[in-house]
Amino acid sequence: MTLNKDKLIDIYYNMLRIRRFEETVKKKHGKQIIGPAHLYIGEEAVATGVCSNLLREDLVTSTHRGHGHTLAKGANLRKAFAELYGKETGYCKGRGGSMHLAAFDVGMLGANGVVGGGFNIATGAALTQQILNKKNVVVCFFGDGASNRGTFHEAVNLAALWNLPVIYVCENNGWASTTNSLDSTAVVNIADRARGYGIKGITVDGNDVFAVYNAAQKLIKAARNGDGPAILEAKTYRIEGHFLGDPQKYRTASEVEEWKLNNDPIERFLKAIRATGEVSEPEIENVKRRIEDELEDAVQFAERSIVPTPEDALEDVYAKEAAR
Amino acid sequence: MTKVLKIFSDATLEAMEEEMQRDPSVFVYGEDIIKQGGIWGQFKGLHNKFGDRVRDTPISETALVGAGVGAALAGGRPVVDLHYADFIGITMDEILNQMAKAHYMFGGQGKVPLVLRAPDGVFPHAAAQHSQSLETWFVSIPGIKVVIPSTPENGKGLLKAAIRSNNPVIFFENKKLFSVKGLVRDSEVITPLDKAEIVHKGEALTIVSYGYFLGEVLKAVEIAEKKHSSRIEVIDLRSINPIDEETIIKSVKKTGKLIIAHEAIKIGGVGSEVAAIVAEKAFDYIKKPIIRVGAKFSPLPFSPQLEESVTTSSKDVLAAIEKLLV
Ligand SMILES: Cc1ncc(C[n+]2csc(CCOP(=O)(O)OP(=O)(O)O)c2C)c(N)n1
Repeated sequence: MTLNKDKLIDIYYNMLRIRRFEETVKKKHGKQIIGPAHLYIGEEAVATGVCSNLLREDLVTSTHRGHGHTLAKGANLRKAFAELYGKETGYCKGRGGSMHLAAFDVGMLGANGVVGGGFNIATGAALTQQILNKKNVVVCFFGDGASNRGTFHEAVNLAALWNLPVIYVCENNGWASTTNSLDSTAVVNIADRARGYGIKGITVDGNDVFAVYNAAQKLIKAARNGDGPAILEAKTYRIEGHFLGDPQKYRTASEVEEWKLNNDPIERFLKAIRATGEVSEPEIENVKRRIEDELEDAVQFAERSIVPTPEDALEDVYAKEAAR
Repeated sequence: MTKVLKIFSDATLEAMEEEMQRDPSVFVYGEDIIKQGGIWGQFKGLHNKFGDRVRDTPISETALVGAGVGAALAGGRPVVDLHYADFIGITMDEILNQMAKAHYMFGGQGKVPLVLRAPDGVFPHAAAQHSQSLETWFVSIPGIKVVIPSTPENGKGLLKAAIRSNNPVIFFENKKLFSVKGLVRDSEVITPLDKAEIVHKGEALTIVSYGYFLGEVLKAVEIAEKKHSSRIEVIDLRSINPIDEETIIKSVKKTGKLIIAHEAIKIGGVGSEVAAIVAEKAFDYIKKPIIRVGAKFSPLPFSPQLEESVTTSSKDVLAAIEKLLV
């Protein structure tokens, strides 16, 4: 562990911010927040470890389970909550909701209701960086289930062929809805597929934020230097149901408990930094307080924001045509 | 204003060159566009001029369109060649759920200035999988624009406007159109993406058509006008998403008679939508039943005799005119 104190605090802040955001979504769901919501609890180390290596101008594409990626990329909590509330002040002005959350102001190019919908978008975004001679890197988050879409193959081949600055980050949480990864995927390690495209593939413990951080740092640096794409697979686990309200008949409660008690990424992180004493208890408490304040402010903002005007529903079907 | 005779393929190549010259964020990729220069030479020489901004791709249609969406969201202006529009089904999710939706579902945060060049229509003797006119699928998808040029000049003008647009545009160019000659203005040509054009003025009857088939319509009109000594109004839709209702309604109110004619299959075709628009908005002006002319409800057969029996031509348009002019 060679991260300085500010970085450690930053990582803790980001992981806990996602966790508390998701817990709040859960509390409000079915009341102020409606519609499908896929929570990221238990997987915070992946988005945090990866996005801690990104600059604001770097881009990410996300999935149906996109709150974590959005926040880790630095999105505004007020606008994120307001979107889940379906308010005009939300990131997508109430047009998107949880499954189509996006935060272009921080380079988050959108969650995606289509599993595997992000592969090509990320690849194309990386192509623009190359064509326009920009140094930005693109990260494509995807699930183990998504890895079996044909879009994976077409996108990764194209990125490898053209040496595009894109990192495909697989969040292998073992489950795709009710289907176990081992029942749908012919390899155990999805990153092993990288060999078939002649690119680097790394599999790490996705609940160890340091492991994710270090691997992501290496790959992102390489991509930024023109060394092309890679696949980073983070083995993790989804603590909540597939969606809020999922009866979860496909797995045992003890499986979930095991991960929750012995492999919580935030607890593991705290244990590690407490062992070295690099961050003091008051500093840890300070982060918690900051997040609670931020959350309360964001929820209040969402609650008192106005709902969209029905007559505006057709706004934004087309982008305005500027004289060019 | 001077005009120069050009084939469609060259006119669109000029559009590409001019727009790539003008804006460094414009680039183009597709299958076989460097060495071959595109199936109809519509990209020939472009790679020599613009290098890496002109790329050959793997046979990965889904990725081509999906990456186009991402490239556009990230600030590029990609033009993607689909080789044959017959393969557009492969890319459908990227069109339907990404390209058409991104701007709206993200509340206007990003835009998708992406052009899909989609050569469609009958490719003589290529049979079922290389000869379709699938444009109707895209009439009821909000968030995209769909244009169909009919001449070298509006091919150039529509393509340039499509590249400059802030919205995704599907540019359906008929395979038979690439070698068609026409006069093209020497100065800048920009054709609006949402306006129909009255290409022939008349009072006796309105014919709405678009694309390559407009030529068949004009042939029929020339014969009919001589015979009946009456004038027929011909409207070139140019855009089918959106459809320029105003121009159609105005004409039908004047003529009271309507034919819609296209190469695409009649059932569920653009003609059906135009007929419905007129029935809703100009019913009281209609003096005779509306006639739709289009291909029969069949995949395209190979044998020339069968092919001719399924496709439509100026003969069918002429027969429809005869019914309405007597
Ligand atoms: C193309 C497509 N197929 C199916 C679905 C329905 N669906 C939504 S999420 C999901 C599981 C995705 O699993 P994975 O990619 O592993 O992501 P995770 O939910 O585990 O984060 C399925 C099948 C969908 N949204 N899109």
